[in-house]
Amino acid sequence: MLKMQKSTRKTVSTYALVIVAFVVVQGLAMSGNISATLRGQLVPICAYVVMAISLNLTVGVLGELSLGHASFMSVGAFSGVVACISLQNMIAFGPVRLVVGMVIGALCAGIAGFLIGVPVLRLNGDYLAIVTLAFGEIIKNLITCLCVGVDSRGLRFSFLTSADALKLEEGGRVIINGPMGIAGIPKLSTFTTGFVLVLVTLFIVMNLVKSRSGRAIMAIRDNRIAAESVGIPITKYKLMAFVTSAALAGAAGTLYAMNFSTIVATKFNFNTSILILVYVVLGGLGNIRGSVIAATVITILPEMLRGFNDYRMLVYAIVLIIVMLTTNNARFKTILSRLIPSKKATGEGRQP
Amino acid sequence: MKKLLCILLAVMMLAALAACGDSGSANPSSAPAGEPSAAPAGEASAAPEAPAAAAFKIGGTGPLTGGAAIYGQAARNGAQIAVEEINALGDVQFELNYQDDEHDAEKAVNAYNTLKDWGMQISLGSVTSTPGVATSVENDADRIFAITPSASAVAVTEGKNNVFQMCFADPNQGSASAQYISDQQLGTKIAVIYKNDDVYSTGIYDTFRIKAAELGLDIVSSTTFTEDSQQDFSVQLADAKNNGADLIFLPMYYTPASLIFQQAKSMDYVTKYFGVDGMDGILTLEGFNKELAEGVILLTPFNADSTDERTVSFVEKYKSVYGEVPNQFAADGYDCIYAIYQAIKSGGATSDLSASDINDILVAQFTSMSFDGITGDDMTWSANGQVTKGPKGTVIENGSYVGLD
Repeated sequence: MLKMQKSTRKTVSTYALVIVAFVVVQGLAMSGNISATLRGQLVPICAYVVMAISLNLTVGVLGELSLGHASFMSVGAFSGVVACISLQNMIAFGPVRLVVGMVIGALCAGIAGFLIGVPVLRLNGDYLAIVTLAFGEIIKNLITCLCVGVDSRGLRFSFLTSADALKLEEGGRVIINGPMGIAGIPKLSTFTTGFVLVLVTLFIVMNLVKSRSGRAIMAIRDNRIAAESVGIPITKYKLMAFVTSAALAGAAGTLYAMNFSTIVATKFNFNTSILILVYVVLGGLGNIRGSVIAATVITILPEMLRGFNDYRMLVYAIVLIIVMLTTNNARFKTILSRLIPSKKATGEGRQP
Repeated sequence: MKKLLCILLAVMMLAALAACGDSGSANPSSAPAGEPSAAPAGEASAAPEAPAAAAFKIGGTGPLTGGAAIYGQAARNGAQIAVEEINALGDVQFELNYQDDEHDAEKAVNAYNTLKDWGMQISLGSVTSTPGVATSVENDADRIFAITPSASAVAVTEGKNNVFQMCFADPNQGSASAQYISDQQLGTKIAVIYKNDDVYSTGIYDTFRIKAAELGLDIVSSTTFTEDSQQDFSVQLADAKNNGADLIFLPMYYTPASLIFQQAKSMDYVTKYFGVDGMDGILTLEGFNKELAEGVILLTPFNADSTDERTVSFVEKYKSVYGEVPNQFAADGYDCIYAIYQAIKSGGATSDLSASDINDILVAQFTSMSFDGITGDDMTWSANGQVTKGPKGTVIENGSYVGLD
């Protein structure tokens, strides 16, 4: 263990953290020792963890600011749910249907990421932030105007009209009903599927970061001109990171949507994008394990603060400010590294 | 050093807040944090003496903070008044716990689970529609009886046999509005402005359009807005004006409606307005010039100016405790508690039964009983959970709601 490379040790500890957390919580849940509140939050936590890890790939590893990550979640959520509902008769086994839904959600979100990535990532500067911000609004408004139904002839689409325009046959079903979103989603997501998705995400992102491509991506972040001068194709590697990030967000969106009986497009708005960015910033840019912890803590936090009644959002904000201040405080870091000796090694390895 | 000071100050603030929060949360049934809670405590002095085990635990979720907070708070306050009245009677004891859901499905499920941990036996569902759809599925799965004061979407009750609505379902409101406009001959050329990213608004518009076509009402202009574009309505109003509309139907909540009135006035456009239950509450909107809403007709099941004895007593109590005239959401909350009370009495449920036993008793009672409340007489519920009651037309005159019929 001691002879392990620093980066390997970090990777192992991240996997260990996630697996131990899963085993402990699952054990408690089996024996009925966790509250209904926490049990209800397990799947959203998994979805947010995946969102945070995937955004960290764009913001921390690639060094491009994205303000529309929730829109990829939205694309994944809506396409994944449509897939799951329309495949109801073909695939009877729930978990398989969910996985198919996630793959389709990831594909659609990946395609969306590719489409905006191609023109924007060629530019040099903060354009991605502005374009993703706009993309988030566009997706929200498009889905609000979209109706999708399914009947024996297959999927039917209509745009800017009501669900009547779908002209569904007898026995057909309206899936996306414009602003009303999707109602009556079968609840297929479980904590186990969420956990598997988190592991898959960790595997993809950590291997990408450690690979040759990952080093090229980080070289672009650290010094674009130097990277270009040694012959790294900038746009290709930027796209690789961005599309991977979008696709993982899509899968997380499907997982999230399949946990609630209803979703509406307005849920995935600018605020949700910022919330995910907060996970990444709090966890540390480029720090995957930090993202996992931050996403979990910040998702649970508002529920823990219910005792404060009307003041809870105020307390929540104050807690966030305190965490931001202390984690960036040099003196606090020295105290922490004295308390936990191993922390020193990882603390230094953190990105600036 | 400065940073240290910052942290110190923040910690102190936190400590101060924690102190306020604790005193508030010590009594979950206490109404809003702040001044008004003193009065009802005095009235219902009998309540705390009753043994805790004898009280039915009633929980509900609603937006107590954020943009839709006024609905959640009103429903909670109305329910709270009913709980205190019933507790004072002495035969059945209730304990009410409202949790904030911020008008969001995910938060609503969290709030619902918090209530489940608290030991909720009977649920008041959610106050608004999108959270209502999410929590009603949980109600159905957990076999906890629910009656929602105001979550009006059809999907809330669809496919669940233990979720009931106190308000009209959206489609009923749309067709009832068209029927009312046609019966009272309020107008023939109608313009509609609706919010197309909102379940409630679109749901009402869709059925209004169909019913209006049946009744021969002519919709001359139909324009939309969204959450992000609800600051400027000049285009929509100009469209209505150019098409010669003699009545504008506004199936929306009152915040955008107040801007519509203002902007119509500034462009010298005088016409009739017709709203639905979301318009109720416009007169208590802060900074709103009440003259602008003069003559607005709205279809709402509750009329605060009614001379009915129970309504008068409810309105007076609400005014003295919360300092404002109750809107329809408050009345719905009040009626929900009384409907549950009636069903418990006639069904013989006791508070030591499990939630699912109480659920079976209440479902049997609700589908068979008839209930007289302040939002309507002879209310009945069908097996699919929708209520049948007569809508009341209300017009705004001299800055207050006056019944039309």
